[in-house]
Amino acid sequence: MTTRHHLPGFLTGDRGGLVLLTLVLGAALLVPAGNLLLAESHPLHVPTYLVGLLGKYLAFALLALAVDLIWGFAGILSLGHGAFFALGGYAMGMYLMRQIGARGVYGHPVLPDFMVFLDWQQLPWYWYGFDLFPVALLMVFLVPGALALVFGWFAFRSRVSGVYLSIITQAMTYALLLAFFRNDMGFGGNNGLTDFKDLLGFDLQADATRAALFSATALALAGGYLLCRFITASKLGRVLRAIRDAESRTRFLGYRVEHYKLFVFVVSAMLAGLAGALYVPQVGIINPGEFSPANSIEIIIWVAVGGRGTLFGAVLGALLVNYGKTWFTGALPEAWLYLLGGLFIGVTLFLPRGVVGLLVGRRRDLEGSP
Amino acid sequence: MFRRFHRSIAALGVLLTLWPIPGAATLQEDLAGLGNGSFATRMAAVTRLGASGAGAVVPALQALLDGRLHRRLADDRVVVAEERGSVLILTDPLTGAELAQTTPDAVDKIRINNRLRTLIRATLGGLTLRSPDPAQRLVAAQAVFKGRDFDLEPTLRQVLEREAEPAVKAAMTKALAALRLANPGESAVRVAAATTLATFGGQEVRALLAEVAATNPDGTPREADPEVHRAAVAGLALVEERLRLMNGVGNLFQGLSLGSVLLLAAVGLAITFGVMGVINMAHGELVMLGAYTTFLVQELFRNHFPDAFGWSLALAVPLAFLVSGLFGVAMERGVIRFLYGRPLETLLATWGLSLMLQQLVRSLFGPTNQEVGNPAWMSGAIETAQGLVLTWNRIAIILFALAVIAGLALILRHTPLGLQMRAVTQNRPMAAAMGIRTGWVDALTFGLGSGIAGVAGVALSQIDNVSPNLGQAYIIDSFMVVVFGGVGNLWGTLLGAFSLGIVNKLLEPVAGAVLGKILVLVGIILFIQKRPRGLFALRGRAVEA
Repeated sequence: MTTRHHLPGFLTGDRGGLVLLTLVLGAALLVPAGNLLLAESHPLHVPTYLVGLLGKYLAFALLALAVDLIWGFAGILSLGHGAFFALGGYAMGMYLMRQIGARGVYGHPVLPDFMVFLDWQQLPWYWYGFDLFPVALLMVFLVPGALALVFGWFAFRSRVSGVYLSIITQAMTYALLLAFFRNDMGFGGNNGLTDFKDLLGFDLQADATRAALFSATALALAGGYLLCRFITASKLGRVLRAIRDAESRTRFLGYRVEHYKLFVFVVSAMLAGLAGALYVPQVGIINPGEFSPANSIEIIIWVAVGGRGTLFGAVLGALLVNYGKTWFTGALPEAWLYLLGGLFIGVTLFLPRGVVGLLVGRRRDLEGSP
Repeated sequence: MFRRFHRSIAALGVLLTLWPIPGAATLQEDLAGLGNGSFATRMAAVTRLGASGAGAVVPALQALLDGRLHRRLADDRVVVAEERGSVLILTDPLTGAELAQTTPDAVDKIRINNRLRTLIRATLGGLTLRSPDPAQRLVAAQAVFKGRDFDLEPTLRQVLEREAEPAVKAAMTKALAALRLANPGESAVRVAAATTLATFGGQEVRALLAEVAATNPDGTPREADPEVHRAAVAGLALVEERLRLMNGVGNLFQGLSLGSVLLLAAVGLAITFGVMGVINMAHGELVMLGAYTTFLVQELFRNHFPDAFGWSLALAVPLAFLVSGLFGVAMERGVIRFLYGRPLETLLATWGLSLMLQQLVRSLFGPTNQEVGNPAWMSGAIETAQGLVLTWNRIAIILFALAVIAGLALILRHTPLGLQMRAVTQNRPMAAAMGIRTGWVDALTFGLGSGIAGVAGVALSQIDNVSPNLGQAYIIDSFMVVVFGGVGNLWGTLLGAFSLGIVNKLLEPVAGAVLGKILVLVGIILFIQKRPRGLFALRGRAVEA
């Protein structure tokens, strides 16, 4: 255990986190290598579709991390986090749309196909600048962050909490769902944004680009984990936990509860936006369905299955549930909703600390037994 | 020129109609006159037939107009001929009795010219206007209004004087005014007609007045008579204002209707949330179960008692209450009671239940919409002359929602269960200390709220598609009603549902349906900031729970 002395303080004792970081960083190297360097006949070859699938899972894992940060540590159950994810995705989608240029079906040099189809003459003002990657990247953070700031500022200042907050976050994502379905909004309406060609000049269909996107997602997940761990292990993190467990008491002790909550809410929304931005180029489409309230609730179950309030549990849960979803919707599509529903019930009734609680609890039982 | 001539003929016909009603024998004689070679004789015959005032001549004249009236060459008898394959079926024009079958060359078609055609039309109009059946007279008056055939003016004037039925009288007055305004004539008469028309209002009147009030592209009125033009413009303004008002009333009605739907969907949720602090995400699915119960009950009636179909809803309401209520009690006993004091976990567990219920219904009934019918008494609509349409099923749902609320208020106020429920809502530990079995109250409350969701499903099945997604469509709106109105208070739910429904429908024409809904959602999110516990907040210890 000599490594402990070389670790930053906030990682000390976080054995689960260290395992996770090792695995994720290892995957960031090995999966692309397995895809690009090994021949297709090689037993360890990673097919391209799998790279995309794993990349999607990792983007979801980052999203789950964002939700765990607010739900697990500050007690804010957001049923609208899919909205921040989708907004980040749309920001990235807009950049990818602008990159298509004149290669669209209608061949217009500036306007995306759906605008030409709607007979629009010029680009709406909010599409300006999205042809530049740095601007788009900034917007990936800024748009979800700004929405979270405004929404959170109103909500936390008025001490809207508990189920009320859950319900209005759900209303928020529902309102956005309806809004993005409208063609007049200028985001492609029902069909959303799709038919992307390339990212930073690299062909999105190329194996190398997909491998690079996977690595970028894995690095973002590792970075996101470090950030969340840093926040939660700090003094601020302890205040957040105090708020989660006894909000009124923390307020009476003189802490400005709403500021703490707002900070962590905005950070979480930005992480969700980043997850969305990484998700979109890998799946090749973003449409208003991402805003649906059901999607947002599903994120919660990833966190709950993995183990709320542990960070690495959220990542584990996202990977487990999404793998299960891929497998079941392929093999037994009828059974998937029963299983997902059963997961919600079973985890809340029998596994309040998730899979991680199960593992840690058993070890503790072993270690703690006299 | 021709027109004037026709009119004099028509006037003659009207004069003749004042003659005493002749017997059937005379009718047969006049009918035979239709087969005569000369047009003048035929016109006289039509006039005399019209003068008879007998309803029996209507089909004969109609047949003449349609070219179905023939003369049998063998005996010169006038008959109605219908082609059936290669043969002609001959029937008596007055009695409709079948006479014989024959070949097309055995009869000669009775031809009519334009003058005769006009005369027949006028006579037919006059005849139906004189029909002893008020409903027929009403239809005739409306037809005159639409046709604007000035030849009927004298007839109409006469029958109007003798008309006793108010509804028919109004329709005739309206038709007469329309005839006078639409045709050239004395200025004063036409001005009076425009004023009379304006008092009636409605889309048809608006169109007629707009025609007279129209201007040429250069701005000059198309109507030559300035007095009439002015009266038409004034009348048009009046009618349009009233139409706008009616439109507003129509929107209000739509809003009330939406509000009552929201109320039904939300009130059960409000009860469970109010008493137990539990957000039941499966509430929408309990509504859906109610709708499917209605479907099953209706299938039963369709297959076994088709005559009693109108009563199917009367059985569906209690059954839906039982089905959803039992599901609710099972959910409470099986899952929710282990999660008290952890509202967020309850929310997740009930969401899981809702997914399973959706999939269950999808597996059993398929993903498609199920056919649920309206009983006869609920179809149709009240239509006022002003163009307001109130459909019966919407009216029934508004009344039903109010009845459900009233029933619920009675249960909460005047039954032991209601008393215990209120006690548990206000202070759970104290209620328990007083000997109330709070566990039982919870289960029964949950059952009651769920049962009402089922009843709401019966109502929704009448206006919406019954599919596994039915509940999902209403759940968010129901939440909005509950958080807007405040929990544990029926008045809050009532006021919340109706104000959201009405605001939604009033915004719709201005902003469009989707944007209107978005605005309402944003409005509620902002409202919650101002009053985090809704319109009617609970006071006391329950607040911090």
